Amino acid sequence: AENEPSWETPCASLLVYVSTPGCDGFPSLDSSESYKLSVSKGSMLLSAETIWGALRGLETFSQLVGRDENGMYYINETEIVDFPRFPHRGLLLDTSRHYLPLKAILETLDVMAYNKFNVFHWHIVDDPSFPYESSTFPELSKQGAFNAMTHVYTASDVRSVIEYARLRGIRVIAEFDTPGHTLSWGPGAPGLLTPCYVGQGPSGVYGPINPIVNSTYQFVTSLFQEISAVFPDFYLHLGGDEVDFTCWKSNPEIRAFMVQMGLGQDYKKLESFYIQRLLDIVSSLGKGYIVWQEVFDNDVKLRPDTIIHVWKENDLQYLNEIANVTRSGYRALLSAPWYLNRISYGQDWIKAYKVEPLMFEGVPEQKALVIGGEACMWGEYVDVTNLTPRLW
Amino acid sequence: RYYEYIFGHSRRRTWGRWPLAARAEPELFQLQVVIEAGDPGCDRHPQLASSEAYHLTVTEPVAILKAPEVWGALRGLETFSQLVHEDDYGSFLVNESEINDFPRFPHRGVLLDTSRHYLPLKSILTNLDAMAFNKFNVLHWHIVDDQSFPYQSIYFPELSDKGAYSSNLIYTPTDVRLVIEYARLRGIRVIPEFDTPGHTQSWGKGQKDLLTPCYNGGQPTGSFGPVNPVWNTTYNFMTKFFKEISSVFPDEFIHLGGDEVDFSCWKSNPEVKEFMKKQGFGIDYAKLESYYVQNILDIVSSYKKGQMVWQEVFDHKAQLKPDTVVQVWMANNYARELSRVTGAGFTAVLSAPWYLDYISYGQDWKKYYSVEPLNFPGSEEQKKLLIGGEACLWGEFVDATNLTPRLWPRASAVGERLWSSSNVTNLQDAYNRLTNHRCRML
Repeated sequence: AENEPSWETPCASLLVYVSTPGCDGFPSLDSSESYKLSVSKGSMLLSAETIWGALRGLETFSQLVGRDENGMYYINETEIVDFPRFPHRGLLLDTSRHYLPLKAILETLDVMAYNKFNVFHWHIVDDPSFPYESSTFPELSKQGAFNAMTHVYTASDVRSVIEYARLRGIRVIAEFDTPGHTLSWGPGAPGLLTPCYVGQGPSGVYGPINPIVNSTYQFVTSLFQEISAVFPDFYLHLGGDEVDFTCWKSNPEIRAFMVQMGLGQDYKKLESFYIQRLLDIVSSLGKGYIVWQEVFDNDVKLRPDTIIHVWKENDLQYLNEIANVTRSGYRALLSAPWYLNRISYGQDWIKAYKVEPLMFEGVPEQKALVIGGEACMWGEYVDVTNLTPRLW
Repeated sequence: RYYEYIFGHSRRRTWGRWPLAARAEPELFQLQVVIEAGDPGCDRHPQLASSEAYHLTVTEPVAILKAPEVWGALRGLETFSQLVHEDDYGSFLVNESEINDFPRFPHRGVLLDTSRHYLPLKSILTNLDAMAFNKFNVLHWHIVDDQSFPYQSIYFPELSDKGAYSSNLIYTPTDVRLVIEYARLRGIRVIPEFDTPGHTQSWGKGQKDLLTPCYNGGQPTGSFGPVNPVWNTTYNFMTKFFKEISSVFPDEFIHLGGDEVDFSCWKSNPEVKEFMKKQGFGIDYAKLESYYVQNILDIVSSYKKGQMVWQEVFDHKAQLKPDTVVQVWMANNYARELSRVTGAGFTAVLSAPWYLDYISYGQDWKKYYSVEPLNFPGSEEQKKLLIGGEACLWGEFVDATNLTPRLWPRASAVGERLWSSSNVTNLQDAYNRLTNHRCRML
């Protein structure tokens, strides 16, 4: 009869075809995520160049399946050709302001996969705590974690996160933010941070990493050697944001160094001095890097393949920043309008949705340098009790 | 349950460490709870006038918690549970203490909205636990509204049959009894709100000819407005409906709503316009609203229940009963409203600065904590008429997935403001205690 639905050929299986093998590898910035999905009477086919595209297609397929009032699963006849607009679609979690148990991170990775995110930006350490268990410098977490027994990420934890992410086509980019945001590094690495002075004597308080002593660079080399081996992604995020110069200015040895090096009173040059050496170290370890926008704003000499992370938000200034960054030939990542930790009443998703990352004055070559963006969930007011409903 | 709260989440259990220190210090063996009144009230329901005072003496070997009524004993038990702490070796310690405590305000409430989003029973019960941790004593259950009618009525089953979001998103009589009893055991009154004549779209689904049909150019548009105040059937319905509500909910008060009535539908309806003329209300629809509200107040009074109303009912000059409680919610110049309400001799409850559904970034608990409810122009007698306040968590953007982290621990700031003395205002001290309290609640 014409009113009966055509159930004659129930769909039994989804055929998945991947043209380039690579199930054992890691996703990268250049990975293809395109897929084709064909659903018709009697056949369902998902084909993709890479396994990563197949994962995206599988997610789409799972969203197409519905269930009617009788409990019958159904899917519409469908023809989809899909690929992402931006190759870097990330989420930042902050595990320093508040520790996040492994389960919370893994759960977040699941939801990221439901939303086709492909980068987990792990802002793992910062001022308040150092939960990363380093094999080279075990004292860092022993002294710097909120609780060295319960609030740390062991090597095994880190491996779990990386593998769990990989199985979902998500890259893990670790951020070890320096030279600022490093107070928690101090207790486990004596001599690393700059001693602040009050008048002639040390005040007992510490500031950013001390950029004038060789031990700093030895430490940084060893630490990043370990980090480069632990985290398989080509990119590391090196931070470089919000460096407070007051402590450096108060320290007589640093003031002497400034004179010696002819840097005058421009402490941005001192910051650049440190950052440049850091970038060289990381490059020599065979890694690429992402830095927060201050590093670009402060005229640090960067490698041409540096990615600049635009985060400062005041009145759409970020669009100008993206324009400047891309005009200088660097690739850009956008986070400024997507600080999801800044909650507000009502349907604020609309504001985030309306953002158009390419709405700036620039030639097509510039626009091509915007490789994507990241939603950030800073942890000042976030822990496992409210992470999920705040983020999603 | 307090034994479980105090000793159940022992670090010793989770870490498997055993105390290294010998039990050499003076030891507290027992907490004796004494309720002084002849009739302690254990089988009855808490009321506005119930005593919540208690006296706690912690000394070895036996601590004594004395209270006139069982409600005070519950408050004292909560305090005692907060005094006991665990040291690094897993020993439980409590300082020698002498506490004489009683609430500053007798009405300390939390409003939950189960109409904008259905809240499963578990959410409500968990919230009652959290309320008890913060010495809240009123659950203002805004149970139905425009969006859905989850309350399963015995006399009018169609109301939830047609008005709930779905057949399993309802509160059966058993569910309601459970909430009331769970609350009672924590010294919490349950005041239901059946908000009329506005906020009633969902009522019209299951009750034909209750809401006002709206007109456009002489023809009904098919949409409906507030409850129709001109038909007798409306008052017959309300009489029967509130008879049920009065027997289902044991508290002496019922909240009748009365807020945000949109007059445009009434204005469009020819029968209503005719009625306005007959009654001599002119074009002042506030008078029609008051006419309706007064009738409902009479109905509910006849069932020996007191009434709570939103401030518009007072503002629009309806004739209230002398013991009607007015809830002040409009944020604009609420101090002046408190003066007016108490100046007219009515008791007031403050919610305006405590709309916790209005989230914002950062430590907004400080803003709630810093409210001084009696900061309004008025005499001593007037100030006595402010009986407390309520933290409101409206449900437009709230359901079981985010209720708890959104409401707590921000509501704790309101809880302390309503219980503690007016001079307990130090934000730094409050911060230190609040951070501890939050971890304890978790």
